[in-house]
Amino acid sequence: MALLEVKNLHASVEDTNILKGVDLTIDGGQVHAIMGPNGSGKSTLASVLAGREEYEVSEGSVHYLGEDLLELEPDERALEGIFLAFQYPVELPGVSMMNFLKQAINSKREHQGQEEIKAADFMKLMRERAELVSLDPKLMRRSVNEGFSGGEKKRNEIFQLAMLEPKLAILDETDSGLDIDALRVVADGVNKLRAEDRGFLIITHYQRLLDYIVPDVVHVMVDGKIVKTGGKDLAIELEEKGYDWIRGEAVPA
Amino acid sequence: MPQTLEKIETTPEERFLTAFRAADGTTLNGSNSRLHTLRKEAIERFEALGFPKRKAEAYKYTNIQKVLKRNYALELAPRDPHVTADDIAPFLVPDLDAHVLVLVNGRFNEALSSIGELPDGAIVTGFAEAARQHPDLVEAHVGQYADHENDVFIALNTAFTQDGAFVYVPKSTVLEKPVHIVSVVAAEEDLMLQPRYLFIAEENAQATIIQTGRAITDTHTFTNAVVESYAGRNAHLDHYEIQDEGPKSAIHLSSQGYQHEHSVVRTNAFTFSGELVRNNLRMLPDGAHCESHLYGLVLGRDGMHVDNHTVVDHAAPDCYSSELYKHLVDDDATAVFNGRVLVRQDSQRINAYQSNDSLLLSEDADIYSKPELEIYADDVECSHGATTGTLDKEAIFYLQSRGLSYAEARALLLVAFARDVLDNVKVEALEALLDTYVTARFGPQA
Repeated sequence: MALLEVKNLHASVEDTNILKGVDLTIDGGQVHAIMGPNGSGKSTLASVLAGREEYEVSEGSVHYLGEDLLELEPDERALEGIFLAFQYPVELPGVSMMNFLKQAINSKREHQGQEEIKAADFMKLMRERAELVSLDPKLMRRSVNEGFSGGEKKRNEIFQLAMLEPKLAILDETDSGLDIDALRVVADGVNKLRAEDRGFLIITHYQRLLDYIVPDVVHVMVDGKIVKTGGKDLAIELEEKGYDWIRGEAVPA
Repeated sequence: MPQTLEKIETTPEERFLTAFRAADGTTLNGSNSRLHTLRKEAIERFEALGFPKRKAEAYKYTNIQKVLKRNYALELAPRDPHVTADDIAPFLVPDLDAHVLVLVNGRFNEALSSIGELPDGAIVTGFAEAARQHPDLVEAHVGQYADHENDVFIALNTAFTQDGAFVYVPKSTVLEKPVHIVSVVAAEEDLMLQPRYLFIAEENAQATIIQTGRAITDTHTFTNAVVESYAGRNAHLDHYEIQDEGPKSAIHLSSQGYQHEHSVVRTNAFTFSGELVRNNLRMLPDGAHCESHLYGLVLGRDGMHVDNHTVVDHAAPDCYSSELYKHLVDDDATAVFNGRVLVRQDSQRINAYQSNDSLLLSEDADIYSKPELEIYADDVECSHGATTGTLDKEAIFYLQSRGLSYAEARALLLVAFARDVLDNVKVEALEALLDTYVTARFGPQA
């Protein structure tokens, strides 16, 4: 059974059609990348998958491990193992990283019929996973994302991914705003989290991230549709030839 | 028989004047001459001033007339409502070792109090008891900070007050444990209470005073309270006020603080319930190098009306004041905040900061917020900021995307909003209690 199966997905926001028939299948263990020009609908796809309420699905279906994903609330999706690394992580003044993470982890454990995590285990896990993305443990005493640098915010997303161990991780332009060093750190973290039973959907505008996180499949999205799918070389070709090349090819006969 | 306000068609003022004349010479005499003189002055000022009219600027958003109209019984003679230690127990702060003073309907109840051992010279007792036992101390301070000349509610309280609480901390003495004043309302009929509080921290003294107002009955009550506090040179005084007397209670609180140089005063006002609550808080840092901190948290719901009017009157140079009031307003509740900072002409090098933030949780919730900075000195640093918003949808979605339910996410964000006020509660056990309370108030509904 596919981890994620998107069929003919149409979605709109405030009456503007953005996704116009997306087809996409991801199997466990695979890393898929979606590239495309600005405004092509990449981030909308991520939002629809995570359940952002402003987006309305008008047609098509999304199945996650065989279940109808669109029926689920955002939190139910998270508990079932979907994780969205935000393009713009939200600052939550007054919500401590520790409390936030503990509540998130315990929600998941409760959903899986497990007991609450023990304080010592939680601390250990937190230190371990923070190290994965070189996140300063001192940040755990701060409010979520408040006063974090751009790079820290993005690393914090991957850190949370590592803490919550999802089955499907969606990275929405995690590379935007990162310099090359930060990009490497984030990519290293993601690579360490690749696993047989975990799929990744990596949304990016630039090919550079894919030098470090080597994808199994690359899709190109233009104007709300996936217009081309290929192996990792497609990303390189795209970088060389630009999106106009695809646009030219994609013009219907 | 308790004296009840006349039901005849007359002005609200006349009803009080009639009650005063009827009781004067008997129960209202007070225990010493200074108080008696004060009462005479106060009732005259009350008559001259009159209650604020509907159009009065200071009461523009708060219809105090509405709660004045009822036929309250006045507690002018001691009664003994049946209140037990079990009734009081839920109002204590768990795990807090404190000097507990209990007031029942504004009167000191010694049997229910457990004041415990105090440092030499320190006094924690009822206001009437203090006036009898320590007239010199009381006379030196009472009426000095609360202005019954110009404030009608203070005048009314001064004329009618029967009891309340008194805390005195002598020079260079530290009250290690907080004083917890638990005021309980237990009424069979609509009741008006006018308790008086006098808190004195002499030079270099330190004290923490917590006041909790609760009710065990649900008649209409109107409490017109006056708090006078005095912080001597280098004194530290922390004051917490927790207003939670239920949906039928109305409160008019005049809290007036006086500060000598180098003193540090913190006030924290928490309003959790009440039909109408009006707090007039006025701080007067009257010596150089004072610090004044004013915090407030209002949780409004179900038609509550909560109005905080604060004044920091910088009458001396080189002082610091900071103010933070937060409002969480739900249902059809209304919150009002008016924060005035006055820097007088010779008060140079003042740093004064004020902010107030409000979250409106329903379409019918209202907030009226007005900062007033009046600066007559030229070398000052003052700022104010006010924000009003609704719950951030993106923040909710962010939390949901991590597995928290909508209700959990909402609760977490609302408690977080209140966090920086809660964080300034320096009594750990009280902070824990308030934290639990706020969390439960907004917690996921079962």
